[in-house]
Amino acid sequence: MTRSRFGLFFFLAPVVLWLGLLIILPHLDLLVMSLRGENEYGEMGWTFRNYLNFFHEPIYWLTFVRTALYSVITTVLTFVLAMPVAFYIVKVARPRTQRFYLVLLLLPFWVSELVRVYGWMILLRESGVINFFLMKIGLTTRPVEMLYNDASMIMGLVYTSMLFMVVPLVSAVESLDDSLIEAAHDLGAGKLTIWWTIVIPHCKAGITSGAIVVFMLCLGNYLTPNLMGGKNSLWFTEQIYNQFIASFNWNQGSAFGFLLLALSSVIIWLGLKVSGQKLGEVAS
Amino acid sequence: MIRSLPSSRTYSWVYCSFIILYFLFLFAPLAVTCVLAFNNSDFPSLPWNGFTLDWFLSPGPDRVGIFHDQQNLRSIWVSFQTAFWVAISSVVVGTCAAFLFEQEEFPLKGPLYLLMLAPLVIPGVILGISILLAANTAGMFFEDRLGVDISFLRPSFWLVVLGQFSFITTFVTLVVAARLRKFDPALEEAAMNLGANRLQVIRHITIPFLRSAILGAGSVAFLMSFENFNTTLFLVGSQPTLPVNLYLQVRDGSTPVINSISLLLILGTSLLALVNLLGSPKET
Repeated sequence: MTRSRFGLFFFLAPVVLWLGLLIILPHLDLLVMSLRGENEYGEMGWTFRNYLNFFHEPIYWLTFVRTALYSVITTVLTFVLAMPVAFYIVKVARPRTQRFYLVLLLLPFWVSELVRVYGWMILLRESGVINFFLMKIGLTTRPVEMLYNDASMIMGLVYTSMLFMVVPLVSAVESLDDSLIEAAHDLGAGKLTIWWTIVIPHCKAGITSGAIVVFMLCLGNYLTPNLMGGKNSLWFTEQIYNQFIASFNWNQGSAFGFLLLALSSVIIWLGLKVSGQKLGEVAS
Repeated sequence: MIRSLPSSRTYSWVYCSFIILYFLFLFAPLAVTCVLAFNNSDFPSLPWNGFTLDWFLSPGPDRVGIFHDQQNLRSIWVSFQTAFWVAISSVVVGTCAAFLFEQEEFPLKGPLYLLMLAPLVIPGVILGISILLAANTAGMFFEDRLGVDISFLRPSFWLVVLGQFSFITTFVTLVVAARLRKFDPALEEAAMNLGANRLQVIRHITIPFLRSAILGAGSVAFLMSFENFNTTLFLVGSQPTLPVNLYLQVRDGSTPVINSISLLLILGTSLLALVNLLGSPKET
């Protein structure tokens, strides 16, 4: 079958326009912006100062490290929570209820992230629902502030990114053959051994793709750390936002943005390398 | 362990409670938000002061229900318009991209495919600021060189649409491409043998085959756009979308009217998501 050149260009043109104008050019601009700044005379020129500022000012790189570290913790926690759930729905629950469980699992994530974070704020804050019940049953006499600390922020991040871990895990567990587990059981393997030598290795690809997406989403999240983290838990995206909107220092903000982009790319690349996968396989 | 294997009673019991707790964790914030929308109190917190519909219907001036809240109603309308345009344009370009990557052969196809996947791993905040920068650079260029002021290159409605379009198109492409992969090329060849040209084949055979995938991808795009915050935050001009508007209200202290908006959002998105989930064929 021959394909016309016209068809190729008909499809190629919008795609190239989209990727060129909205992905490549803006990111080149981001790089250029981050390398420019004013010198002592107030003239614009090429400079590395925006990047040097980052390393000289501890609050900048400390926030950066903190953001990366907490994103890793969130990713691990999300996996630990999601794995048993995925396994339960696919392998333990009765087949007829499976679809119902799946719908139940997905529904909360169709609701805006803001609404979900807001729900947690109503639950956790000083005048919140949990405090109301704690006082009612006499566990505490004074309300405890449960919001605005690192623990609640990480919980919020786990909650908002859960979907992107559960879905790949469910499809990974689905492809696991029951007879492998039965055979291991017949040969006397315990539950831990089965988990460690059969289930986890089989789900490797799903785990990686889930982990990458969750990590990236946490790293780039603005809403949850901002609303649940409080004053002392600064997130790197907030630094970027402050540079752009509050200080109007676009060059510095661009440098931060580029550093965040570099960080997420490097970690995702490492994750793919370690698990021996390709981005194309993970995405589809 | 799995359905076909016996498990001790304690093990099953612990596992079941874990799953119940997990779903509690999943739905608690949403449930509490919905319930408090009907509380006859000026604050979104307990104690329960009785049932009221004030936060939906009250015309003011003490309590302004959502149906009389001009500012929030306007932002909902802005979000609707944004989501509409994003859904339409990302479906058109995403379908083109799916055809391009599934059916065409051309040099540099591999790198272009990877580039198409890039928005999956670029944090939303970075996408927002880079598009803001590029639009600003382009605006300055047109103003300096040609003396024309292009208003949509400043933070505005159309810039938000472009920003959301830039990454939502990737999701549409992946969904449509997955469906297109299941398409039997013999159908196309048969039509071509009977004298149809490429465009006729696409219009009468391939597109009807893809219809459910395209509709599904469109509704996902609509929802993603409707709830997007990270990218929108940097591009929004004088017309905030609903998430941005709600964020400002939540940050500066909230009234139960936010609960009533959340309830409507939860109902609306659940409905759309349910239709999408139940309407889609099982294998996708």
